[in-house]
Amino acid sequence: MGENIFTGIAAGLRTILAGAGVPPLASEFIVMLVKLVAVIVFVSLNVIWLVYMERKVCAYIQCRIGPNRVGPKGLLQTVADVVKLLAKEIIIPRRVDKVVYLAAPILVFVPPMMAFAVIPWGEGMAPIDLNIGVFYVLAVASLSTIIFWMGGWSSNNKYSLVGGMRVVAQMVSYELPLVLSLLGVIMLTGTLSITEIVNAQRGTWFIFAQPLAFLIYFIAGVSEVNRTPFDLVEGESEIIAGPYTEYSGMGYAMYMLAEYGSMMVISCMCTIMFLGGWLAPFGWTFLPSWFWFFIKVYAMIFIFMWIRWTYPRIRVDQLMAFGWKVLVPLSLANIFVTGVGMYIYRAIGW
Amino acid sequence: MLSEWVGVLLFLIGGLLVGGGGILTSYLIHPRRYQGQKFEPYECGVDTIGPTWVQFKTSYFLYALLFVIFDVETIYLYPWAVRFQSLGLFAFIEMIIFIFILIVGLWYAWKEGALEWK
Repeated sequence: MGENIFTGIAAGLRTILAGAGVPPLASEFIVMLVKLVAVIVFVSLNVIWLVYMERKVCAYIQCRIGPNRVGPKGLLQTVADVVKLLAKEIIIPRRVDKVVYLAAPILVFVPPMMAFAVIPWGEGMAPIDLNIGVFYVLAVASLSTIIFWMGGWSSNNKYSLVGGMRVVAQMVSYELPLVLSLLGVIMLTGTLSITEIVNAQRGTWFIFAQPLAFLIYFIAGVSEVNRTPFDLVEGESEIIAGPYTEYSGMGYAMYMLAEYGSMMVISCMCTIMFLGGWLAPFGWTFLPSWFWFFIKVYAMIFIFMWIRWTYPRIRVDQLMAFGWKVLVPLSLANIFVTGVGMYIYRAIGW
Repeated sequence: MLSEWVGVLLFLIGGLLVGGGGILTSYLIHPRRYQGQKFEPYECGVDTIGPTWVQFKTSYFLYALLFVIFDVETIYLYPWAVRFQSLGLFAFIEMIIFIFILIVGLWYAWKEGALEWK
């Protein structure tokens, strides 16, 4: 039911273009443009909805109601906020490094958007099916460190500087466990292609084969998107808003929307690597594959929000010690155990 | 294949358009009122003292250095992980040696106090 809506649209578009006598290369280009626009629209809507969802989840956890005035059930609250921020003045303080200061909020959406290029939203629905998909996503996602640092350094503000330093230290430290934890899954599948990794989970999801890797990935993921308990980067009560302190209007809005975009990337990767991607659990194929993917991603995002509004912030020394002394050794041990386990498994020849 | 990386390039441009479009739209319609105090660096209502672009805490630098070393090693682990199943015992022994070297490196950094936040 509805399984082939999106792949059908793509196939139909190709047929129409071929019928109109468009050369294959140009028709591929047009189809790619349509995919790009679809992803941009989908991601923008989701990001706006996620801001609203965060406020609602937070409100209910704290026994409040949350936004409920603008639109039905407050659904248009974020839209109103974005429109308001759009009409606010972009203040460029006197002593900032102007080029870098303005480039940072423009570039901030690039890493999540590039990562979305290889995410399979359903069966056969990856905009680009790269054979090194996992590696590509990790490489692109790590670029956001530089962009936050650009914002923090160029602002010429002491809070921004501390925030920028923390961004680099934190994201760099937690990138290691993040990258190492995915190695276990890659050893099991022997491929870096996202589509093949999902297909390899038809039997069991890798959360059951690699539970430790899932936990490490999840914790490091929370840290990578700078959310509580790892939100030292913007810790409001100590450094105002970290690297975003000097940004006003749309510059600030871009940072905030990009944060939710990165959260979606981390959740999507978690779903793909450990939760079986678009595969239906228990063979419940009455829902289409893209819908299952959507449900799983949103379940992950909900857990992210739940954690954010449940735990207090940790100190910077605790953060570093936990990353380097707990997560990195654990993820190395996970690789080792996976390797030994696979070798014994094969030697016995079950 | 060419078209895959053209697609990646398109998504790069798309990401730039999302950010640039927002900022540009805002730039075209936002109000401009000159008011001197507004352009000072934010610092809880007092003037900022001394330069901001200074040499900062060295702990951050140590972590960055450690990261560079470990990240390069991680890149070597990826191709190994992909071929792990088809290489057999050789890859298995290699893995033990390589991870042992990594652990010795981490242990050394730990012993020397590079992981302590001072």
